[in-house]
Amino acid sequence: MPESVLYCSLHDPGTPCPPGYNNNKTVSIWGYGGRMEMTASKFMSMQRALQPDWLQCLSDGDTISGETSRKRAKKSVDRSLSFLDECLRLQEKSPELQGSVMVGVIEGGDVLEERLRSARETAKRTVGGFLLDGFQGQAMAKETKLKLMASVTAELPEDKPRFIHGIGKPDEILEYIERGVDVFESFFPYQVTERGCALSFSYDYNPDPEAAVIKQNGIQDAGKNGTEKDINETSKADPEITSFEIFLKEKRYRDDFGPLVHGCTCYCCQNHSRAYVHHLLVTNELLAGVLLMMHNFQHYFSFFHSIRDALRDDRLDQLKELIFRQAL
Amino acid sequence: MAASLCPVPARQGQTVGPASLTSCLWRSLPDIVSFHRAGSPASCQYDIVNAAELTRSIMELTNCAALEMEKPRGTVMPHTGPELIKQANGLHGFMNWQQNLLTDSGGFQMVSLVELSEVTEEGVRFRSPYDGEEILLTPEKSIEIQNALGSDIMMQLDDVVSSTVTGPRVEEAMYRSIRWLDRCMAANSKPDKQNLFAIIQGGLDPALRTKCLEEMTQRDVPGFAIGGLSGGEAKDHFWRMVTLSTDRLPRGKPRYLMGVGYPTDLVVCVALGCDMFDCVFPTRTARFGSALVPWGSLPVRNKQFAKDFRPIDESCDCPTCRRYSRAFLHALFRSETAAMHLLTVHNIAYQLNLMRSIRESIVEQRFPQFVRDFMRTMYSSQEQYPPWAVEALASVNITLE
Repeated sequence: MPESVLYCSLHDPGTPCPPGYNNNKTVSIWGYGGRMEMTASKFMSMQRALQPDWLQCLSDGDTISGETSRKRAKKSVDRSLSFLDECLRLQEKSPELQGSVMVGVIEGGDVLEERLRSARETAKRTVGGFLLDGFQGQAMAKETKLKLMASVTAELPEDKPRFIHGIGKPDEILEYIERGVDVFESFFPYQVTERGCALSFSYDYNPDPEAAVIKQNGIQDAGKNGTEKDINETSKADPEITSFEIFLKEKRYRDDFGPLVHGCTCYCCQNHSRAYVHHLLVTNELLAGVLLMMHNFQHYFSFFHSIRDALRDDRLDQLKELIFRQAL
Repeated sequence: MAASLCPVPARQGQTVGPASLTSCLWRSLPDIVSFHRAGSPASCQYDIVNAAELTRSIMELTNCAALEMEKPRGTVMPHTGPELIKQANGLHGFMNWQQNLLTDSGGFQMVSLVELSEVTEEGVRFRSPYDGEEILLTPEKSIEIQNALGSDIMMQLDDVVSSTVTGPRVEEAMYRSIRWLDRCMAANSKPDKQNLFAIIQGGLDPALRTKCLEEMTQRDVPGFAIGGLSGGEAKDHFWRMVTLSTDRLPRGKPRYLMGVGYPTDLVVCVALGCDMFDCVFPTRTARFGSALVPWGSLPVRNKQFAKDFRPIDESCDCPTCRRYSRAFLHALFRSETAAMHLLTVHNIAYQLNLMRSIRESIVEQRFPQFVRDFMRTMYSSQEQYPPWAVEALASVNITLE
């Protein structure tokens, strides 16, 4: 994929890591062979082999579990800063990595002072961007997260991108964009696919009368999730299902010969019906995931396209209103 | 080499005549069942692939000819499916697949996959694996369903016994299959559009198979399948039953060998006079991490490929080989189902390529040499040649130096 930008993150945002394995010298990461202890030098020698365009610096982000003390939060900041210094020093000495951009990681759990210290100190280093780590999971209250986020981004220079992991729901995306985040990753459409769902929310904020009808339909459709009378069907559904998607395994899609989303130009919607995907899901065919992934990626990336348009046209409020209406 | 025609109508209902055949023959035209026969070797126009393994665009890319639907794996169960598929303008509409489709009768799947099945003169009685409901699949019901599905080739309901069973049960099943063929033919409401194939039974007993052939070839069906084989019997018995059947089948109609098979089996059975095949092998083995190559197979999950940056097969131009290395596929197999898809694409391409090469060699009148080259590439030495294959090929005058 020579045409794409390659960003190398430390962990897979789709699979959370067990807590309690990091120390001053190493950060544990989990691969297919199990746990690996990464020192800064091991980490950087791996990066020399991978040669990504952007790389997330080695960091201690083990503050997600909820019982993070002030002391632990401070430690995560101290360790991550010392990893950053070490990695930057090693990068300087690596001719292979002169074209790579180091992304500094801002830690500090839910402790505002630590977050601010992490942001200020990281911004002093020669990094090309910032990852706001530790906002994954449910342990921290949403309000706390958003407050922290706004304070932290205020400390960061305007001209360097801010990354975040583990935030993917459309309404959350917009909230974090408002607080200054630029780059997200696509674990969300992956998870939607894995649970047999298709993204169906509308992101067309243009009040074009014809489009508005489609939009209305889309919204009604999504809203039907969970109100299904067939208890057997819904009990099999993943409780994580959001109002932005439809669960195609539900019986009512059995004879629904329309596309996943009307007007969608993805391969799946251009060629196949909800009924066909329903059939593939029910019979456990691998093709179901292939088709759903095609659709969900296209839908999600189009949503981001719409966000960029809205920002350019100064109409983010309209888009936000539309998305929040669907968030229920 | 004389070209003989087969009366199977093409998708739009027109029968293909000799004129159109000469202009389009051998350009891997999937819409037309046509085949050649010179002496014994027949060319195989069709290779049948299980549906729902690949996206349609990939299937088209690999020039796939026909898809097979097996009922129990689909929702096309007798008690639920046909109405739904009818609403979707048949299976072609439901799957958005414009080329040929073959549907099986459901009998084999019931016997092989479903416990508690019972065969009577009336039909096959079994419990639905989905809701436990008891269902009776009669020849009439099977054809009614297949008519609703709208497949291009339908299979008769037959009484399937394992090829390792012997005794009176085999005889009973053979005679019952003949009676059921008559019921299926009578039940076919669209004989002009949908081609009903008979299935030759008779186990491994030459006398029973001959009897079945005698009876069934008297019926006016557009094609014949050789059934009841490829179920774990000795290869020695297997090929003798194939050649006994092809010797007695009419030359102008396609012969479909059910459940075959491995690449060597395909080549040998083409030599014995078979035209069509179906097998889960290429796709199933792909899911287990094995890539088919002219010299056998490549287990890409094995450690030896971890640092091998060559494609699976340097001479293959499938989308997988054009883009990915053995090392990448090896790494991908540790975590992602995507690896299965990529290997499936390759294996289907391999299979269709093999059949295309066979067809071309027959047209160019060099099939025996093709077989010799194929065997030399597939096996490291002559000692490795399976004795049954050598013997079977010798029976149709193809000697392997």
